[in-house]
Amino acid sequence: MREITYAEALREALREEMLRDERVIVLGEDVGVFGGAYKVTEGLLKEFGPERVRDTPISEAAIAGVAIGAALMGLRPVAEIMYFDFIPICMDQLVTQAAKMRFMSAGQLKVPMVLRTQYSLGRVHGAQHSQFLGAWFLQVPGLITVMPSTPYDAKGLLKSAIRNDNPVLFVETGVLYRWKAPVPEEEYVIPLRRADVKRKGRDVTLVAIARLVREALSAAEELSAKGVEVEVIDPRTIYPMDFQTILDSVKRTGRLIVAEDSVKTGGIAAEIVARVIEEAFDYLDAPPVRLNCPDLPVPFSQKLEQEYMPDKEDVVKAVLGLLGGS
Amino acid sequence: MSSHNFDKIPYIKGPDYTEYGSLASRDKLLWILRKMLEMRIFEEKVEELFLVEGSLIGPSHLYLGEEAIATGVAAALRDDDPFVTTYRCHGHALAKGVRMDMLMAELFGKETGTCKGLGGSMHAAICLERNVIYATAIVGSGIPIAAGAALAVKMKNEDKVVTTFFGDGATNTGAFHEAMNIISLWKLPVLLVCENNLYGMGTHLTRAFAGENIAARTSCYGIKSYMVDGNDVMAVYKATLEASKHIRRERVPVFLECRTYRMKGHGVYDKAEYRPKEEVEVWLKRDPIEMFYKNLLKAGLINEEDFKRMNTEVRLEVNRAVEFAKGSRVLDFSKLYEFVYV
Repeated sequence: MREITYAEALREALREEMLRDERVIVLGEDVGVFGGAYKVTEGLLKEFGPERVRDTPISEAAIAGVAIGAALMGLRPVAEIMYFDFIPICMDQLVTQAAKMRFMSAGQLKVPMVLRTQYSLGRVHGAQHSQFLGAWFLQVPGLITVMPSTPYDAKGLLKSAIRNDNPVLFVETGVLYRWKAPVPEEEYVIPLRRADVKRKGRDVTLVAIARLVREALSAAEELSAKGVEVEVIDPRTIYPMDFQTILDSVKRTGRLIVAEDSVKTGGIAAEIVARVIEEAFDYLDAPPVRLNCPDLPVPFSQKLEQEYMPDKEDVVKAVLGLLGGS
Repeated sequence: MSSHNFDKIPYIKGPDYTEYGSLASRDKLLWILRKMLEMRIFEEKVEELFLVEGSLIGPSHLYLGEEAIATGVAAALRDDDPFVTTYRCHGHALAKGVRMDMLMAELFGKETGTCKGLGGSMHAAICLERNVIYATAIVGSGIPIAAGAALAVKMKNEDKVVTTFFGDGATNTGAFHEAMNIISLWKLPVLLVCENNLYGMGTHLTRAFAGENIAARTSCYGIKSYMVDGNDVMAVYKATLEASKHIRRERVPVFLECRTYRMKGHGVYDKAEYRPKEEVEVWLKRDPIEMFYKNLLKAGLINEEDFKRMNTEVRLEVNRAVEFAKGSRVLDFSKLYEFVYV
């Protein structure tokens, strides 16, 4: 199969959906002439013109608001918010407007909008350009939050997000943009709200999110050589999450590790662990383990940042620790 | 209002009653009177249900005294021109022809309400069928949404005008400024209607608003604005007619600052004791319904009998709406899950 980068996979998804449906438009800061801060939207302006590929002012609240309003009136906007750190600037529009509209209008309103963003942990961007705020969006019924972890998933999930009639927050992983991996040339979509078993294994269930899926898979590879078989699950949609796939796996393995890029307290990992304890406690052979960043803002210095982030070695250590301790 | 200079802005006052006949048909003029009466009597009943009977609860923001704005705007626009409104939305709903009984049922939180009781007073206007496409409870947040709706209108090559209503308080929010910039930059067909009732909740404009006036803010975004006597329905009607023609023809936004005043407090429980007596008295003398009715009388377009009959009819309709609401059921809790995702 041919290989393309994560960024190219996203661009293909946008392009294909724009060709498929003229209601799809792209808007955001520097998505047009500049080609997107990370070149995801490069070439779209030339192909689709300035009406459908709109550079906006630096106005995150208005970008989100405009996308919502256009969606209400039948367009299918894909808005880009350059960094996850800028999402809080448009939180009212995303959380209090878009996510509530369908509910409080009792199903009258429909907001088929995608808000694309990315987090840059691992790129030496400092405390204000590296945050992973995923757990915030475990508290927003009405919003679907998706986090693709491979080029293949990036393309298939973005296409589904664009075709979905709900507001979708689509969180890309900045360090993956240049990762090349197999992506079929034929058309495909990946359903939202379904977890993916990225690797089968009998010994430990390892739920990994976003950047950590790749780390988890390479850890699993290494562990396999040592005779330890790790099952790697990528929830892909973090809300509403497909817990069933996780629960089924834990019931088989009896062990759970969750790896995620947010600070430890109140993270997505905390929610997954809580859910597993509530619903599969009797199946657990050992206490679940969370691999998160420490409860600190992201430090700038590359050495400190690398230490701050969970990586493959941490995953290996956690798995061996969990097996040894049982 | 010493720091706010009115004189530099084109000020649209109401036409003389002798011109009414040339501005609108008698049917339209009577529709205008009837709509304002519906808003008045509906909300007087709502206030009574809150304060006397206690059968209504929760936040509710009355439009009493501001009826001329929603009515004048709606009368000058087409049915298919969408409204994006705010939590003070009962008037906009009625002006757009949202069913009064459904509106009342929504206030009661009943399943027969516009939003099946999931929205409440602050979102009760939402009614896609009548093109009220949104009513938000966060100050300023509707303006970027209206911009997006107008972008869709523009991209679909339609000639609709998207109207967004908001108060003077909204002009101090970031959403207002971000949206104004984009609306002007992209030449979006938006009619921005600022219902300037001089108070953001309990804070007078002069204590919250820097700069000369609201028009000065709009002009820096290159959006033409008009100050309108918001208590004179024909002034609002005339201004909206001109504005909407301009928007449809030139594909540019227009801003109307409608000066008005709340007869009551911010919310239904607010006694508005922070307002000087003299100020209240001056404004209460400018009751939009009384002013308009008297002009219709003078113009010979209505007589006292007709007006009495109209009052009686509306009162009956309001009472029926209350009965309808009270007799309706509350949605089953299990149904809530149906409205989270498509």
